[in-house]
Amino acid sequence: MVLRERVLPMNSERDPAVRLRDLSRAHGKAEQRVLALDRIDLDVHEGEFVCLLGASGCGKSTLLHLVAGLDEPTSGELRVAGGQPAVMFQDSALFPWATVEENVSFPMEMRGLAPKARAERIAELLDLVHLTGFAQHRPHQLSGGMRQRAALARALAQDARVLLMDEPFGALDALLRDRLHDELERVWQRTGLTVLFVTHNPREAARLADRVVLLSSRPGRIAQEFEVDIERPRRIDSPEVSQLARKLTDRLKEVIHATADSEALEA
Amino acid sequence: MRLQTPKLSKPEARVAAPRAFDAGDAGQAQRASRLAYLSPLVALAVAIALWQAVVWSGWKPEWVLPGPWPVAKRLWTELSTGEVLAAAKITLGRALAGFAISLVAGTLVGITMARFGWLRAALGGLIAGLQTMPSVVWFPLAILFFQLGEAAILFVIVLGAAPSIAVGLVSAVDHVPPLLLRVGRTMGARGFTLFRRVVFPAALPGYVAGLKQGWAFSWRSLMAGELMVFLADRPSIGARLHFARELSDPEGLLAWMIVVLSIGIVVDLVVFGRLERRLRERRGLAEETGS
Repeated sequence: MVLRERVLPMNSERDPAVRLRDLSRAHGKAEQRVLALDRIDLDVHEGEFVCLLGASGCGKSTLLHLVAGLDEPTSGELRVAGGQPAVMFQDSALFPWATVEENVSFPMEMRGLAPKARAERIAELLDLVHLTGFAQHRPHQLSGGMRQRAALARALAQDARVLLMDEPFGALDALLRDRLHDELERVWQRTGLTVLFVTHNPREAARLADRVVLLSSRPGRIAQEFEVDIERPRRIDSPEVSQLARKLTDRLKEVIHATADSEALEA
Repeated sequence: MRLQTPKLSKPEARVAAPRAFDAGDAGQAQRASRLAYLSPLVALAVAIALWQAVVWSGWKPEWVLPGPWPVAKRLWTELSTGEVLAAAKITLGRALAGFAISLVAGTLVGITMARFGWLRAALGGLIAGLQTMPSVVWFPLAILFFQLGEAAILFVIVLGAAPSIAVGLVSAVDHVPPLLLRVGRTMGARGFTLFRRVVFPAALPGYVAGLKQGWAFSWRSLMAGELMVFLADRPSIGARLHFARELSDPEGLLAWMIVVLSIGIVVDLVVFGRLERRLRERRGLAEETGS
């Protein structure tokens, strides 16, 4: 049974912001059927920062698309609190014909916000992501990092409770990524958003997450979960983060090898 | 949820100078644009020289193929007596009316086809066929329907241009990056709002390319039409061409052909060229050097 409740009042504190029960997604038909996600059970709590860590092709993006409502599960239950979640992709996906301001304004226009309220909120958000003064720029006039910040501002403008991020910094260089990690952490702490963040980078997961969910590949299953209680704000080169990143890397390798072995057996 | 405003200014913000303003590129761009203006003139000079060479070779007697100079003199006469202006008014009036109808019809059909897959499956082949059909083929029917009159000409223009505009729009919509649709949907744009606010702007460059082609088709249809349907009281460009042939007036014929060609070039360059360039610049796609 597929159940989708987008608008769910969150009166009980124990209700998670995102709840996945027995969630599966298969691609293709009959003989060529490939199970991308296999019976995923996951709760993301209100205000929590969860990283989905997995190798390429493990179905982590599929999972994110399901939560985003861009795809339908084959079976299982999926609940997202507070309506349509905001989504950020690896590509900023800013509208190339629109200015930064118009881009950030878009989700608010879709919600029918008055122009005055929009203008105030745009100023606030651009300040938050350090893009004040770039309101009239078009995406092609911005650097890669600035484009992702504009995309973050646009996602925040949606005022959703849940923010989904699909390797949003994957295309940036390491230094810039560090800086955007700092900013994302700061924004997340300020806004109290619930974040579900997909990455294949163990360091990034260790740097950002309250909890890391490790996915195995083909079919995507939850292999292991790691609670992370390293103090914030974190540094990517701190001993604790490095240590956890090593641990995650080792586990990720094991999971990948296990998959490779089973594929070798099948062949 | 309230947001507070932290007061940190990140140095990354300073690297935002648009690339076009880079000093290194400026000289190159200037050279390129000079070349862009100069090379068509050179091509024109070569074409005229070739024409003159053919005339001098004696391939055709001069009363059949006059040289560039007598034709230029004739063109000047037609221009200075206001003949060209008068004829262009009639012809361009028809062209604009026909193109305007095609624009509306083609766009509506294109939107509907892009929106409804079954309609596209049903009409796609037919419209692509219409697009390849020489518009002259429609004239006998048009004359049967509307007699020799303006309506017959408009009918044929619209049949020539509207399919191109519709096909251009449909294919432009096909090429909209799926990521933009996804992001539009997650921000709450649905149905016609999604189309109007995301799909259409994203498809705009392709749509304009379709309009440009539609204009070329309507201009061709119109010329064919004016050669077949000429009204005594309306000395259009096509009618002038027709009479120049009837009266064995090759200088007039070539002069009026140059008028047709010039109008085509001017509209293409000034109207569509400018529109396309502005669209590309706004989206950071303008890297054309004209060479």
